[in-house]
Amino acid sequence: MTSDALLELKDVTVEFPGVRGLRALTAPPEARRVQAVSGISLRVEHGETLALVGESGSGKTTLARAINGLVPLARGEVWFDGQPLHARPDWHAVRRRVAMMFQDPVGSLSPRKTVRELILEPFAIHGVRVKDRKTRARDLLAAAGLGPDFLDRYPHQLSGGQARRVGVARALALDPALVLADEPTAGLDVSIQGEILNLMNRVKREHGLTTLIITHNLNILRHIADRVAVMYLGRIVEIGPVEQLLSTPAHPYTRALMAANPEPDPTARRERIVLGGETPALSARPPGCEFHPRCPVARPDCATCPPALAPARTGGEVSCHYPLGSDERIGA
Amino acid sequence: MTNTLTVKDLSVSYDTRTGALQALRNVSIDVPAGEIVGVVGESGCGKSTLIGALLSLLSENAHVVGGEIRLAGEDILRASPRRLQAIRGNEMSVVFQDPMTSLNPVLSIGRQMRDIQYRERISDAEKSRRAAAMLGRVGLPDPEAKLHAYPHELSGGMRQRVAIAMAALMEPKLLIADEPTTALDATLEVQIIELLKEIQREIGCAILFISHHLGVIAELCDRMVVMYAGEAVEEGPVAEVFQRPAHPYTAKLIECDPGRLHERVEALPAIPGSLPDLTDPPAGCIFRDRCDMATEICAREAPPRVTVTPGRWSACHHAKAVRP
Repeated sequence: MTSDALLELKDVTVEFPGVRGLRALTAPPEARRVQAVSGISLRVEHGETLALVGESGSGKTTLARAINGLVPLARGEVWFDGQPLHARPDWHAVRRRVAMMFQDPVGSLSPRKTVRELILEPFAIHGVRVKDRKTRARDLLAAAGLGPDFLDRYPHQLSGGQARRVGVARALALDPALVLADEPTAGLDVSIQGEILNLMNRVKREHGLTTLIITHNLNILRHIADRVAVMYLGRIVEIGPVEQLLSTPAHPYTRALMAANPEPDPTARRERIVLGGETPALSARPPGCEFHPRCPVARPDCATCPPALAPARTGGEVSCHYPLGSDERIGA
Repeated sequence: MTNTLTVKDLSVSYDTRTGALQALRNVSIDVPAGEIVGVVGESGCGKSTLIGALLSLLSENAHVVGGEIRLAGEDILRASPRRLQAIRGNEMSVVFQDPMTSLNPVLSIGRQMRDIQYRERISDAEKSRRAAAMLGRVGLPDPEAKLHAYPHELSGGMRQRVAIAMAALMEPKLLIADEPTTALDATLEVQIIELLKEIQREIGCAILFISHHLGVIAELCDRMVVMYAGEAVEEGPVAEVFQRPAHPYTAKLIECDPGRLHERVEALPAIPGSLPDLTDPPAGCIFRDRCDMATEICAREAPPRVTVTPGRWSACHHAKAVRP
């Protein structure tokens, strides 16, 4: 790797079987496998927080799982700190430095272990000897904002926010370089959501963490992310600095997504671009630009010619022939 | 104005091993005819218990301790099971959060939509025709063909449209929507909100819209009720409540929503603390442990409902001093 990016993806593609069983024998070859993640290239710099946003089925979680080796790559390269993760690495060693925070805060904790055991579990898995287990567990818990009285509780005795804090403590236990956080606010009430995000921002600052956050909660983007990548049907349609994406999105889908977000202000009831239809199935990707059947500004050539990710006038990169704010066709 | 739904001083408790859990305490909510009223609150505030009580579908260990529920004047809590069955689906219907679990997976959409018209003395063909017409009204393309489809063949947004069509089919007086957009993506959420507005205009029903999402409430509702730990703490027109909340919890809740912050902030607001134990709710104000306006009276006396402006009240000793 030539750059100083901590994580670099090149043309990462993940495939799943599209049809199973006997039907797979008669199905046309292109229907046998679907691409959940399709040719994604991106870089995450040291200390940066990149947010992956997109709707269900856009491939956000699959991408994170592919980085951490939980699903195999069909194609492409993943470089982590100069190390190729696509070439059968020692995952055990890699995962010591790449921590994952899973989506379901309670479900990702073993119900039969106490918080103390859960927090010390990463050390046991990686054979790291802990001198003073008691202090270590207490310190980690304190860093996640929970008092020592939680050490002997079981997951069912925790609220969603508390379970999330235990998840943060577990992810930080081995002092990782990269954290992959899958929907850190899913299922949390707004009154606690702020505490969890503040906690993540704080540990990120204190530990110099690089973070990849997956979220569909657009409201929190501004407060946690440096850059944002918008995904649609397993591809990145736009990537750029967070403020720029929120204020001057270049891709029509980004604009619709940001505008679809209801604001807690009745005076802000505004005319919205209501997107027609729904995300197509991965097995029935539209030709040309895959967003064109739902795109409010699509032109005839969008239906035939697929766009590629290219530098946008507003900064960042966009995959659109006619990005918002420019009349010229890009790359014609 | 007449109320389609009046809930007065409703209290519901659940029997648990550690004692009676007082899930709803003296909750009053009015839903005027033809209006959309939002109920907003976080986990554990009693939203689901409220729906259960409205539909008389509470779990076995639940008891209505006191209060009354009137649908267009009729006392629901004293209605016979037979009468309740006539009311549910006909005069009061509900759209649940997850259409995949509220629709029957092994029956076609058409069969399910004919079944819910079992009270009508019309032919099956006529029932199918009505069903298809309703599916068309909620924006399903090719409604006749969709009658033969099964729920798994439809996408999430389409399934929720079917659920709304089923709820609206009998043109009820009251439509209860229980977090109908929570399981949907942002772009579909907008579509469903627009659809509910349209349906409300067309059949003129009142809607009780239950959600934890302030943005959706602000977008859709005329009036709103804020609930906390089993109590209604504030009620009023949506615009006024958002602009000048009169209960500290409402003010905090609005403050916590990152959607209203248009600049990046270092520390996001939150409400420290957690819900009180509802098997043994504290005396005085239920919110006082987490409230920074709490004084000595809040620990001693339960706050009365203070009328802030006509049609608008707050259950707080310091209602007039709350600042947004």
